[in-house]
Amino acid sequence: MTRAASHTGEVVLAARNVAKSYGSVHALKGVNFDIHRGQVTTLFGENGAGKSTLMKILSGVIQPTTGEIILDGRPVTFASANEARDRGISIIHQELSLAPNLSVRDNIFMGREIMGPTGVDFAEEERQVRRLMEELEENIDPLTPVEELRLGQQQIVEIARALSVDSRILIMDEPTSALSASEVEVLFKVIRDLTAKDVSIVYISHHLEEALTITDHAVVLRDGTMTAYAPRAEIDLEWIVRNMVGDNYDLGAPPATRFGEVALSIRNLSVPDPAGFNLVDKLSLDVRAGEIVCIYGLMGAGRTELLETCAGRLTASGGEIVLEGREISHLSIAERIARGLALVPEDRQRDGLVQTMTVGENLSLASISSFTRGLFTSRSAEKKLIGDSIRNVTVKTSGGGAAIGSLSGGNQQKVVIGKMLATRPRVILLDEPSRGIDIGAKAEVFKLLAQGAEQGLAVVYTTSEVSECLSIAHRIIVMHKGRISAEFDSTVTKEKIMAASGESVAA
Amino acid sequence: MSATTAPAAASRKPEFSIGRFLLEGRAFFALIAIIAVFSFLSPNYFTLSNFLIMSSQVAIYGILSIGMLLVILNGGIDLSVGSILALCGVVAGAMMQGVELDWAGVILYPPVWAVVILTIAVGAGVGALNGVLISIFKVPPFVATLGVMYVARGVALLMTNGLTYNNLRGSAELGNTGFNWLGFNRIAGIPISVIVLATVAVLAGLMLSRSAFGRWLYASGGNERAAELSGVPTRRVKITVYTISGALAAIAGLVLSSQLTSAGPTAGTTYELTAIAAVVIGGAALTGGRGTVRGTMLGAFVIGFLSAGLVIIGVSSYWQTVFTGAVIVLAVLMNSIQYGRGARKG
Repeated sequence: MTRAASHTGEVVLAARNVAKSYGSVHALKGVNFDIHRGQVTTLFGENGAGKSTLMKILSGVIQPTTGEIILDGRPVTFASANEARDRGISIIHQELSLAPNLSVRDNIFMGREIMGPTGVDFAEEERQVRRLMEELEENIDPLTPVEELRLGQQQIVEIARALSVDSRILIMDEPTSALSASEVEVLFKVIRDLTAKDVSIVYISHHLEEALTITDHAVVLRDGTMTAYAPRAEIDLEWIVRNMVGDNYDLGAPPATRFGEVALSIRNLSVPDPAGFNLVDKLSLDVRAGEIVCIYGLMGAGRTELLETCAGRLTASGGEIVLEGREISHLSIAERIARGLALVPEDRQRDGLVQTMTVGENLSLASISSFTRGLFTSRSAEKKLIGDSIRNVTVKTSGGGAAIGSLSGGNQQKVVIGKMLATRPRVILLDEPSRGIDIGAKAEVFKLLAQGAEQGLAVVYTTSEVSECLSIAHRIIVMHKGRISAEFDSTVTKEKIMAASGESVAA
Repeated sequence: MSATTAPAAASRKPEFSIGRFLLEGRAFFALIAIIAVFSFLSPNYFTLSNFLIMSSQVAIYGILSIGMLLVILNGGIDLSVGSILALCGVVAGAMMQGVELDWAGVILYPPVWAVVILTIAVGAGVGALNGVLISIFKVPPFVATLGVMYVARGVALLMTNGLTYNNLRGSAELGNTGFNWLGFNRIAGIPISVIVLATVAVLAGLMLSRSAFGRWLYASGGNERAAELSGVPTRRVKITVYTISGALAAIAGLVLSSQLTSAGPTAGTTYELTAIAAVVIGGAALTGGRGTVRGTMLGAFVIGFLSAGLVIIGVSSYWQTVFTGAVIVLAVLMNSIQYGRGARKG
């Protein structure tokens, strides 16, 4: 420990007045901070604050417009990510960059295969992967194709790949967004082991509480400017949020609505897994008009499968789904939407948005029939629908004709929600509506749902963050292994929810 | 997320740039350039009659490439259109020669309108088979249509024993004259085949830009999962586009055999590749979701006018192949420049 102590604290990598502009848009406006040896530095900031831009600069993916990167006291420029990697800096990207058809082993050693006398030394690679998986406490076989793994396991593979390089500085951009609580704990243990070996970690996460448990320093960005930089001892959650958002935030409280009739009734629903056991196991749930129900659970608890079965993407092996008194299990997705049941899927890039279409076309996609007159669509009716949707869900965009990729994550999520709200649903199901969006956008999304409930909409949303359960929901359902393990009203404590989900409250 | 926002915001600015303008209108400028160069090289090129002749040749490819566009917008590919064209030509030829019904002891000579309808139905049926294989049995489009390409060609060869049906003019006493009307007649000086092409193009254009089906097609080509969850009947969209592609191949087959007044089982070989080339030159993305009828039409005319021009100035047909290939590669290069930056987003 004494040896490590003499090294820790020394600045290994520093940003000096780093700025990045794209044309007239300033993504970063002069950022200064240090990364200390063997410590964790966390970047906080909303979407669009410049976190990912800064990370890409530090890892050599892009070059700063002005300013310097100082490595070990000397200014450096990286022409590419490979050059940065050769100097000991590697990055785990926010979006997974794995080849789904290749095995875990081949993904981890992609581009830097271990060569033996007769070609690639697969046995040695496999041995190293097994050792990494042991370290990460994951039971993943090196020869499994990546596409057969859960999203969380894929993220573990991504982390294992970065670990296998032996870097001195490891940048992690939202490494935990798809991990369960126990997997996060293992990751944090790995991070502590790494820092004990003098590896410096740069960490980005939207889970503020989670990041606070691991970090040694905090850097807060807002609109491309660094608003605060402080060691862990001097900060708390409120301090971070204040610097991130600039003012107070509140995810809202349950709206005082009068509940109506039962809008959605799920009875003894079971959804099979190809492997044999049930992903959703004889689950029953009633949701009334005007009620907001939050479903909390870990990855693999069956939340996504439950919602996708209600929406018609998956087929149930048993049970009934009743919408306003009528059984809908046999209906297609389109028919269910027409009856007033809408799903906002978990992965907005994969299931929510059509990247080749404009903001407006995405917003109107689910309600084309409402502006079709005879054979043709009515441009004026569509324009009105798009204009109304943009206003209703407060999308920040230059207009309906803008490219969908030009929006920030939070605004893209609002487009997906706006698209489904435009179908005038009676029941809306949202699978992790807050995933990967910043606090400001989260608060707006929840406000929107509360407004919907006030007008009689039945809302069901899932979340992996306990603090989001205790916001607008009237009722909190905890799912564990396909069943409802507990049901609470809005006065419950975080600890009780976490205990019911099978999650440890420690750390 | 934050990094992807900033560059997109910059490129969204409506700054006028010559490069951008030329890139987006590339198929149009290529066509203008081709017409200008050949008009300069040959006095016979820039004449109304030559344009009409060239256009009636383009019509065949043009009709096929509109069907191909719909399939490519859906993110698929249809390799069977050349074979469907031949099969439908042979089916039409057989009906014109008379269908012998052994059990009744008669030979039926259906009128030309019935021949046309039945032939289009055969084409649509084969196209629907493609669609069902792809959407319901999940056969990859490349493989499904490759298989159907061989089967359709084989059936056409079997039907004729490899021979060609000649003289499809029909006869007055049998009441089935008029088959050559499609290929030879003109309305107001414009060949019927060109009018057919224009009609198909306008209908397809309206369908894509103004109908709910068009929107479904763009959405399911851009992101099938998102489209499905938004209530788009993606399976029906898929079957429909392959059916339309097959029907349009049948129309092209009718126009071709009418122009030649003969129908051979080897007609239309490699036409599917020309149709794909026209769609690509017209700026459509092979990954689906992007492309227009206008672009595809320009692409078809670029290919048609280029090869006709090369013939007129007396360049060897081997060189024509080289030129056409170069144009296709150049077009794909341009497409990746146009979509390359945006495609990585998200």
